[in-house]
Amino acid sequence: MRKEWLARGIVILGLALAVTVPAVGWWQQKQGIVVHAHMAETGGWDPENLTAEVGKPLHLQLTSDDVTHGFAVGQMDMPAVDVMPGEMTDVTLVFDKPGKYTFYCTRWCSVNHWRMRGTIEVTGTQTSIEPVKPPLYVTLGLDIDAEHHAGTTPSEIPAAWRGALLNRAIPDEYKSRDYYLSHAPIDLWLGLRSDPTNSDLTDQNLWDLVAWVWQSKTTPDEIQAGRELFTANCAACHGEKGAGDGVFADQLAAKTGNSNSSHTRGEQTQRPADFTDPTHMLSTSPAHLQGKIIRGGMGTGMPYWGPIFTEHQTWALVAYLWTFQFELEALP
Amino acid sequence: MTRLQDIPWAEEIPFNGQLDKSHRRLQFPDRLNLYRVDWLRPLFKSRWPQFILRMLTLAGFVFTILAGLFGPQVGSHNFAIIFVWIAWWTALKLVFIPFGGRSWCSICPIPLAGDWLQQGGIMEPGQRRFGLNLRWPKRLRGSWMQSGAFLLIGLFSAVTLTNPQVTGWVLLAIFGLAVGMSLVFEKRAFCTSLCPIGGFSGMYAQTSPVELRIIEKDICAKHEVKSCYQACPWGLYPLAFRDSSACGLCMECLRACPSDNLALNLRPFSSDLGRQKTTSRLDETFLALVMLGSVVTFAAVFTGPWGWLKSAAFEIGSLPWVRYAFVYLALNLLLMPVIFIGAVWAGERFSVSWNSLKRAIATQAQVLLPLGLMSWIAFTVSFALPKLILILGVLNDPFGWGWSILGLNQSIQKVSISGPSMVLQVLLLMVGLFWSFSVARKLAATSAKKSQGTKLPIMAFSLVFTLLMLWLLVG
Repeated sequence: MRKEWLARGIVILGLALAVTVPAVGWWQQKQGIVVHAHMAETGGWDPENLTAEVGKPLHLQLTSDDVTHGFAVGQMDMPAVDVMPGEMTDVTLVFDKPGKYTFYCTRWCSVNHWRMRGTIEVTGTQTSIEPVKPPLYVTLGLDIDAEHHAGTTPSEIPAAWRGALLNRAIPDEYKSRDYYLSHAPIDLWLGLRSDPTNSDLTDQNLWDLVAWVWQSKTTPDEIQAGRELFTANCAACHGEKGAGDGVFADQLAAKTGNSNSSHTRGEQTQRPADFTDPTHMLSTSPAHLQGKIIRGGMGTGMPYWGPIFTEHQTWALVAYLWTFQFELEALP
Repeated sequence: MTRLQDIPWAEEIPFNGQLDKSHRRLQFPDRLNLYRVDWLRPLFKSRWPQFILRMLTLAGFVFTILAGLFGPQVGSHNFAIIFVWIAWWTALKLVFIPFGGRSWCSICPIPLAGDWLQQGGIMEPGQRRFGLNLRWPKRLRGSWMQSGAFLLIGLFSAVTLTNPQVTGWVLLAIFGLAVGMSLVFEKRAFCTSLCPIGGFSGMYAQTSPVELRIIEKDICAKHEVKSCYQACPWGLYPLAFRDSSACGLCMECLRACPSDNLALNLRPFSSDLGRQKTTSRLDETFLALVMLGSVVTFAAVFTGPWGWLKSAAFEIGSLPWVRYAFVYLALNLLLMPVIFIGAVWAGERFSVSWNSLKRAIATQAQVLLPLGLMSWIAFTVSFALPKLILILGVLNDPFGWGWSILGLNQSIQKVSISGPSMVLQVLLLMVGLFWSFSVARKLAATSAKKSQGTKLPIMAFSLVFTLLMLWLLVG
């Protein structure tokens, strides 16, 4: 009889262990916030909407249920962390300002990777209400969806260093930051062309001057920051060389096979914009580009980066985009 | 099921009193009886070592089901997927079956609950027993259903092997089925007639170096009670064993025999093969062919370069899957049997009646056993060996909750062993081929016809099959 009770005891003990160990672990895990990442097509972040309080640390445990994802919070100075399939990544966030923050995936997981976003609603006592500044294109009243193209384009890539060598005085109105932000390169070129003191310069010379003016409005650090942002966030669709030929470009191209990068307020996704196309780019102002980046493409497949990038980051990206049209290095 | 303790008038004759010179002579001269090895005997005689092993597998089984249902859905990081389809499967194919025959059945957790309910106790039989104890229907006897079960596995394998939740549910369902059958039928109905693992384990056990046999026939003839039969939870007659395919190595008969007349022998490989069969039952032949057809299919689907084939096998219910299912079933139910029967018929020189052809088929089917065994080992090596490193990962963090039981960092680097692995697979397939040739030659030598031509078509079959496997796995 004793043998039987001993045997039964061992069975119960073994089964109890097999069940309680995972049960305890599961209960412990439930105490924290576990966020499951999926590709956007199969659900995105789960949970998608989190809450937090100002000053109180938010502990998250991130895991992926399919491929490698990444995690970062928009407009917060934190390096992105990788979210690996089947493994847990611990992240602690502390917010010092209330508001609605956006967290997003930072590893290209699918063509809809940029849609993998969630929000963190941070509550707390607000010391002062910060007025929201409308973006520049709104202030300027720009229609960033309107058709535009440059009437004249350079015969070769304009180079800032060649423009510098020309040693011409540029009128002050063209050298201000405000002018740079609100005008397209073709505007500057037309302005220079209409100036009789430049009549001895060729069209190409004037483009080089434009490149030189544009370069003076950017810094190498800004361009480098823009390059890194572009590589991480934009190259997958727009291509490493900005030609609109990234890995996902074909999937985004309109079904009609329309492969030119025109703007529409379309419902269909479009082939990504080609930043190497001078007709297009040279008739675009930095404010216009910033607007596109912040607002997105209204269904064309271009993500809206407003909640993700800081204003500084957006201008850095814009500065980098000009390197597809101009040679902006100091001297070769 | 009656344990020795229930038979009051049978007493066990002590070991020392039993063994005298005449008995020593009667043990198999070329086989080592492990039950008579001094330091091994207590491990088999006592039920506790086996019980502890069974408890480990049972606890592991429950844990695995929980991991499958509640753990991460990423297969490579889920304890259930890795432990069932990589760790246990590799152990089964590379260790348990080739070296122990049906040895897994000895510690398998699946029939335990049913056993305990049937006998009303765990170590000792109880007063209240559960179960209707019906006999298994005669028409369903044999390994036909086990072949069918394996074909079912093959149809849904792409999803089962990669989806942790499905694995969890499948294990739960098998457990429920085994318990249910124990409550309706007598003995180990599930193990004997339904379990696909038991089906091919038993079949390949005939090649293995372990067997359970009686020592001296006369002692059994004089024994009226047949305690071995009374003790066997499978309902088998150990005194009548001619091959190792049915015995689940639970060792109850070993413990029950009052004359210590049962032996657990270590024997040469392939000892059960090479004899002419007198049976006209073709169920084992069919199972052998299903195993061959399945290993070819799995090698193509899982380790082949054809993405469309993988997708077809994976998207259950879609039209490509229906096509895959059709081809898989046609291969196993039609193509392989027809080619094999054709080869046997050709070997018999076209001049036999259907009945003796059936016997010839059953006999020649033995050639397929080493072929199938080694092909499955080679296939297992091809897909499992590079993934063994994942076992460490799931032991470290079985539920993907960030545990670190072994203290390891996450993201264990994968070890590349593609070179040695290929060589090993080729070697294994070559062993399988030449082993099957040797069985064919042995059969030809013992056949009544004494014609050497009998074996040639079958050997050609083995050769073509091996070339196909080589191409799929290595080429």
